[in-house]
Amino acid sequence: MPVNDIYRDYRLPWFGAAGKSSDVAISSRIRLARNFERLPFPNRADLKQLAEAQRRAASVFSEVENAAGMEFDVVGMDGLTPLERQVLVEKQLITENLVKQPQYRSAYISANRSASIMVNEEDHLRIQCMAPGLDLASPFELATKMDDVIESRLDIAFDEKMGYLTSCPTNLGTGLRATVLLHLPGLNYTRNMSNISNISQQLGLSVRGLYGEGSETVGNIFSVSNQMTLGFTEQGLIDNLTSAVSEIIEHERRARKALMMYSRERIEDAVWRAYGVLKYARSLGEGETLELISKVRLGLDLGLIHEAAAEKFAELIVASRPSYLKNLAGNENLAGTELAHERASVVRRILTDADE
Amino acid sequence: MLCDDCHKNEANIHITQISSEGKIDKHLCEACAAKYGDFPPPGAKDFTVNDFLKGIFGKPVEEQETPPPTGLVCPNCGMTFEDFAHSGKIGCSVCYDTFRRQITPLLTRIHGASAHSGKIPRRSGGALVARREVEILKEKLNNAVKNEEYENAAKYRDEIRALEKKMSERARAKKEATGDAGE
Repeated sequence: MPVNDIYRDYRLPWFGAAGKSSDVAISSRIRLARNFERLPFPNRADLKQLAEAQRRAASVFSEVENAAGMEFDVVGMDGLTPLERQVLVEKQLITENLVKQPQYRSAYISANRSASIMVNEEDHLRIQCMAPGLDLASPFELATKMDDVIESRLDIAFDEKMGYLTSCPTNLGTGLRATVLLHLPGLNYTRNMSNISNISQQLGLSVRGLYGEGSETVGNIFSVSNQMTLGFTEQGLIDNLTSAVSEIIEHERRARKALMMYSRERIEDAVWRAYGVLKYARSLGEGETLELISKVRLGLDLGLIHEAAAEKFAELIVASRPSYLKNLAGNENLAGTELAHERASVVRRILTDADE
Repeated sequence: MLCDDCHKNEANIHITQISSEGKIDKHLCEACAAKYGDFPPPGAKDFTVNDFLKGIFGKPVEEQETPPPTGLVCPNCGMTFEDFAHSGKIGCSVCYDTFRRQITPLLTRIHGASAHSGKIPRRSGGALVARREVEILKEKLNNAVKNEEYENAAKYRDEIRALEKKMSERARAKKEATGDAGE
């Protein structure tokens, strides 16, 4: 797939596709933070040193591709328009940190869009791999393969006691952050989310809303990840997260059952209304759209509606993000009303395609 | 207390408005307070973990055993301890060695642990393996001396010397290879 398509395509193989427990778990991600020995971390490096980090990454890249068994596109951040950068952020292929200062920042993005390596983000290298559903094992395996090749060729900053050395002490040790994205409308509508976050914190996990600001989340999508990175083995961290997430998934299913038992008609009505608005509205707000998508997806998972395939709803999320729409329209300064109009027409088109 | 403006929500913000007509005190809810200007004030939302870390390091807490060292500078990237306390960010991999005594208690606070038990890189971990070997040999040497087995002790001493020589050669080669990166 050519790189240009990455900004217009709204499909991601790991986002919303079928996988283990994918009625609740949207996707799983492994991220490894690695740095080169002695070379100052990106926040303290000068341009020459940033270029040196890029050069080192490039020097091993063909071997990394071989080990991973897939091809990667190299994307230099300073060669992209601000909108294109934001589209990649929205698609979670890169992070906001990489685009804050685009000079000498780059990303290797796999052709199938399920793995990427960021160069000169907060750390020299951030390897990340994604998979649909609840499955941390396969992205971890892939990330480890790439990491093994890199560290067999380059000197990676490591300390006997502190493990892999990272720019921020919160990532020290394994440098591993495992994240599972969950769709939790049941727990949210039954007002159980604050319980879940409190308990998760006690287990060393952080729970955050993916969309929305501060404590207000929209779209019922939450990310659960490990907080600690030091003092545990990689497998230990992954096992801990997997078992906690499995528990949350069970609670979500129970909450959905309870909702169906006590207010089936209300849920059914809300689901169909949401579908109707998505399909026919001429103007859709950003938060509004996420809420509607969540309701329809819940309806699909509960068997209340069969009008579209479940994957469509992750595609709708990607395609309704503001930068994606602005980039598609080729207009960075799209006004709020125009943006809402554009969003409605893209959503309509995706849902109509789904019907045919 | 209920909000002075909407009389519906709990008031949790206290604002004081000073104008030509005098001073007005109001107790407001967040929604109503937002109408009086930016709330939360701009910048208050961009709060990162680094702000937290610099907070922890900026002011020495009583329980902190090591007083903040003045004049400690990382020989590789030139970062001072004050820089770290200021930014909450670490400069390079060598900083961790330079500020080891100051960073270790912080790690226990963040992770509840201060020792790595995960993966070891094959290449940069090579020195670690050698170092562990030296430690074991030193232990053996001490025991041999204690038990007056001087022949064995001499053998261990030679092994340690050989290993240490190899390690320092490797370190020097590495330093030369990455020497230009240090400035």
